[in-house]
Amino acid sequence: MKSKGDVLRVVNLGLKVDGKTILQNVNLYIKEGETYALFGPNGSGKSSLLSAIIGNPTYQISSGRIVFKGREINSLPTDERIKLGMGIAFQTPPRISGVKLIDVLRFCAKVGGRGEEDIHEFAKKLKMEDFLERPVNQGFSGGELKRSELLQLLLLNREFVMLDEPDSGVDLENISLIGETIREILERDVSAEERKKSGIIITHTGNILDYVDADYGVILYKGRIACVGNPEDILNEISQNGYEGCISKCLREFPNLNSLK
Amino acid sequence: MSEGVSESEQLEIEKPEVRKRLESVGIELDPSRRAATFVQVDQQTTRISSFSESVEVMSIREALERYDWLQDYYWKAVRRDQDAYTMEADADDVNGYFIRSLPGKKVEIPVEACLYLRKAKSKQKVHNVIIAEEGSELNIISGCTSHPGVTSGMHLGISEFYVKKNAKITFTMIHSWESDVEVRPRSAAHVGEGGVFISNYVLMNPVKIVQMYPTAYVEKNATAIFSSVIVALENSVVDAGSRAILRGEGSSAEIVSRTISKGGKIVARGHIVGGAPEVKGHLECRGLMLSEEGSIQAIPELEAKFPNVDLSHEAAIGKIAEEEIFYLQSRGMSRDEATAAIIRGFLDVDIKGIPEMLKREIDKAIRMVEKDLF
Repeated sequence: MKSKGDVLRVVNLGLKVDGKTILQNVNLYIKEGETYALFGPNGSGKSSLLSAIIGNPTYQISSGRIVFKGREINSLPTDERIKLGMGIAFQTPPRISGVKLIDVLRFCAKVGGRGEEDIHEFAKKLKMEDFLERPVNQGFSGGELKRSELLQLLLLNREFVMLDEPDSGVDLENISLIGETIREILERDVSAEERKKSGIIITHTGNILDYVDADYGVILYKGRIACVGNPEDILNEISQNGYEGCISKCLREFPNLNSLK
Repeated sequence: MSEGVSESEQLEIEKPEVRKRLESVGIELDPSRRAATFVQVDQQTTRISSFSESVEVMSIREALERYDWLQDYYWKAVRRDQDAYTMEADADDVNGYFIRSLPGKKVEIPVEACLYLRKAKSKQKVHNVIIAEEGSELNIISGCTSHPGVTSGMHLGISEFYVKKNAKITFTMIHSWESDVEVRPRSAAHVGEGGVFISNYVLMNPVKIVQMYPTAYVEKNATAIFSSVIVALENSVVDAGSRAILRGEGSSAEIVSRTISKGGKIVARGHIVGGAPEVKGHLECRGLMLSEEGSIQAIPELEAKFPNVDLSHEAAIGKIAEEEIFYLQSRGMSRDEATAAIIRGFLDVDIKGIPEMLKREIDKAIRMVEKDLF
């Protein structure tokens, strides 16, 4: 088996918003075909990390580097990162009055090399057909927002995708639809050797992991990577002993991790 | 055509640069896509052709000669002495169009009427009377523009609309002027019982000043809908509003404006008077500032004279949200593409009851100039 290279390397990343430090010394290396589950309490910097990777201009990189497919992208505009092969599903996407979902989908399809028939097929699958002519995200319920984001990601057809809480606010009936779709986007049914897609999933509940067998779990705590391991183990540990409990256990097992205050 | 149509002017409107100007304001001169065509250059009617038996189209001069009863409509919705501009338009050499749909006839294909300012520094005085007889329907595109290179002049336009019982007029006015042209339309509509008056206004090019405040008098169970899409570029002043006087029980009005300032000054007015019981009105003014220069002032007014009226308004002015641009960039759009999509979306007013053909003309007029916005 030939060894696969890193798709994404986040090296000693520090991040500031309005002068306030959000992340420091974050290191994360993701290989082709790998999926990471990202855990952490509210405000620990999970969404900020994804924002920095995708290039949200609100987040200023204060130190470190983000390297995507061997190229440093620290100052690359978001659309260029998309063209390089990234995609993202936001936790709470903005609504844009007047810009119809179908218009955004057509653009996504163009980027992803998909056709008009794919738009309708995927929209049907994600139960979004009735939303195509509506302004994007306007008046969408929590679950509809998630499905709309996934629909856009499907059409974008990127190699590296980030999903920010795709399972939050989704009812039981739709969680399997969301889960199956993410599994497809990340090619989890393809053998590890053949798999090209990689990604990061932020999840609080871990519900999504019932459908998507992430390769690794990572805890982001107070702006730092605090724990790396088997996602199921980490999730169990968090639910039994809380984040702090899980982290102290991790620190005993991996003393090389950054010490935490 | 009973009045003299100058041949040289007749030929001139066929010139490509003129055709392009006309097209930018929705005038196609294409019999397959229009029920009738009226073209007036300065004070002279240069073309009248009608392809439908359901609608009468002629110059106002001819109509006044032909129909004595027109005196019951002429200067009856707009007052002669309303202001200095109406008084100035009340001149011997005034011309304009007379359009009338016959009782019960529905003219789905639009009638196009063009008012063309040809002579530089001249004053074009126009008086239009539009009548939709009982139970009839009429769609009009009124395109007003100036000749290429005619950068200064004045356009004074009186328009009087009469929507009879259960009739409907959809009137779409598209303006395209140049930097030193002054435009003062004076319009009023009588909307009879059960009638519908839909008025759309599109202005996207530079102009010295456009100032207008058309008023609809809305009778029992009738409806007036005004929609405006206005872009004010640098040095342009646009003071435009719409007013609906709801004076019949159960009448309703909707006034929507979308304004963009890219250096120009805009005053977006709206006024709904609930002057009868059980009336309903909504006013929506949204403005987008695309430049540090310029200004947008929204002045929505509501007036209730009975307790059981339902009047509301919403007004919002802002710039394009960075968050929205970023979101579209995350779908692969460049910053410019994202900005364009958001502006296009902002200008996309969903006008109720407007025929597909008119909708296309409005979209086309917007598309033709939107590239200048970013």
